[in-house]
Amino acid sequence: MNEVLSAIRLVPLEHYVMLSFALFSIGLTGVLFRRNTIIILMCLELMFNSVNLLLTAFSAHHSDPGGQVFVFFIMLVAAAEVTVGLAVLVMMKRNVDSVDIDQLNRLRW
Amino acid sequence: MLTLFYLFAAISVLSALVVVAARSPVNSVIALIVCFLSIAGHYILLNAQFLAVVHIIVYTGAIMVLFLFVIMLLNLNKATEPQKSLATRVAAVVTGGLVLLTLLAAVRHGISVEPANGFDIGTGLVRSVGRSLFNEFLLPFEVSSVLFLSAMVGAVMLGRREKNPQAA
Repeated sequence: MNEVLSAIRLVPLEHYVMLSFALFSIGLTGVLFRRNTIIILMCLELMFNSVNLLLTAFSAHHSDPGGQVFVFFIMLVAAAEVTVGLAVLVMMKRNVDSVDIDQLNRLRW
Repeated sequence: MLTLFYLFAAISVLSALVVVAARSPVNSVIALIVCFLSIAGHYILLNAQFLAVVHIIVYTGAIMVLFLFVIMLLNLNKATEPQKSLATRVAAVVTGGLVLLTLLAAVRHGISVEPANGFDIGTGLVRSVGRSLFNEFLLPFEVSSVLFLSAMVGAVMLGRREKNPQAA
């Protein structure tokens, strides 16, 4: 029992926090940086995953399975979001014949 | 253990950078798959075996295949995407860096977390996650199936070709 605990403790929690912050910032930069809608969706997935990693790290260090159940639900919501997002992407390609996000500016002020 | 962590961390950060920087969408998808596999490695390091397997099945197996499929169907594998203006790109990088700086500054004093009710060796295995899922979180679990059904119906509605374009 103590081997597992000390094996988990071997990597400090701060390291996981910093790693997931780095992944989140890269995902945010990608959303702002790119114009291709499919890559923006992928960067959203990256941000979801950084949050999942953070929840799992805290859950493992806290020894509480509730955090991992939350990660499971986030995965479910991400799957549903990707389904609808890609359907919107297909419709966008069909209507404006482009996946450039800057083409969708009709609602812009 | 720490070496493995640094290895996986380096792989995930580098492949995440490739996702943002790659010219061709297919290269982005492949880099994202590598990133997800290294995150699954992190889950195994954290003794979250159930999540590691579900992560590989759901993300690498289903979501990324869906992305590749859409790229193939829409024939997007051309690196002809117009870039944003230089000012916007610089602003995007500065924004991301500032967010990272703010988040890191928030945890600069370190974090200490103790096990809530003593350490349980089974945390993260299928038995403990399943117990938690079907006792405390049974209602959200059932509600998420409704969410999936509505997402499915929504995707079919959006993806359907309109017979009469004027009616839409």
